[in-house]
Amino acid sequence: MAVCIAVIAKENYPLYIRSTPTENELKFHYMVHTSLDVVDEKISAMGKALVDQRELYLGLLYPTEDYKVYGYVTNSKVKFVMVVDSSNTALRDNEIRSMFRKLHNSYTDVMCNPFYNPGDRIQSRWALLPVSASSPGGPYFLCPIQSRWALLPVSVSSPGGPYFLCPIQSRWALLLCPIQSSRAFDNMVTSMMIQVC
Amino acid sequence: MADEALFLLLHNEMVSGVYKSAEQGEVENGRCITKLENMGFRVGQGLIERFTKDTARFKDELDIMKFICKDFWTTVFKKQIDNLRTNHQGIYVLQDNKFRLLTQMSAGKQYLEHASKYLAFTCGLIRGGLSNLGIKSIVTAEVSSMPACKFQGTMQKGVTDTPNKMFRWILCHRNGRLRRLTKPNIILKT
Repeated sequence: MAVCIAVIAKENYPLYIRSTPTENELKFHYMVHTSLDVVDEKISAMGKALVDQRELYLGLLYPTEDYKVYGYVTNSKVKFVMVVDSSNTALRDNEIRSMFRKLHNSYTDVMCNPFYNPGDRIQSRWALLPVSASSPGGPYFLCPIQSRWALLPVSVSSPGGPYFLCPIQSRWALLLCPIQSSRAFDNMVTSMMIQVC
Repeated sequence: MADEALFLLLHNEMVSGVYKSAEQGEVENGRCITKLENMGFRVGQGLIERFTKDTARFKDELDIMKFICKDFWTTVFKKQIDNLRTNHQGIYVLQDNKFRLLTQMSAGKQYLEHASKYLAFTCGLIRGGLSNLGIKSIVTAEVSSMPACKFQGTMQKGVTDTPNKMFRWILCHRNGRLRRLTKPNIILKT
């Protein structure tokens, strides 16, 4: 389960950064910032290396005592950085790769959204609030209603697990299908973070 | 395939729509062409993001231009660029002998003066694609005899991305002083 996901533009400023708000958010922002150096090194090293190593996925950037940081760079030099809990040893490389693929697909859809200006922050209408951070099941997330979309429970699991309320798809969003709004991007990120192992 | 005709018709309507809604004096000072080019720029940015999602990383500028000539042009116009020339100093000339958006118009010199309107969007498309891949450029088009046309791209020097080392200032909490470290290989202790 990822604890922090960041999308960083090619000029190295964050377009979107989200971490589970149970802990000190600034620490994750800082970790992502320091990982940019490692990303730059890997890209420049890859330029001198042989042609066959031209993947977009960069792999493990650097480990700290509690977390591991993974990186991915697109062809348009947009970087995705993911911070994962080290205690979660079941998370394999393939799963991280597939998470990055999904992130890339969602980012492409945001890019194709005609209402999005490239270079702007990726906005989301809902802020995630931790309702109860210390319960045994993990953090609970609630999306406050800020628009006319209704809230619909998507996954209501056992009392121990996380509860996640997801907004219903509006007619407006369906009309623009398959261009996704940044709300859907946000939802995808959130679902990645609350994935039950 | 119906989608080719759809894009062609939409593009023609777009050009005439921009010119119809132009205010006084805009047609003369080329503002309409700029509008069309900017539209193409934004579309190019999004398209390139979608098309390079699955390709491998590009080696250099020439690689990017080849991608534009082959894959990008094939996906948008269903054919490849016929000729790519470069002087290796940042100028590329893409020649298309049968440009899809002009074939229906004329087969020679007729309507030559109107051709530039119909090429502005594609110029923007190329410029947007290059800009999203990290290359700032200026793209112009010239037509001598329809439907063949040439797109000339001039890459701006010094703006292509060079890996610049950013030094991260990491607070070393042991003695409380700011130390400059290029490799974050210290264990962050909370």
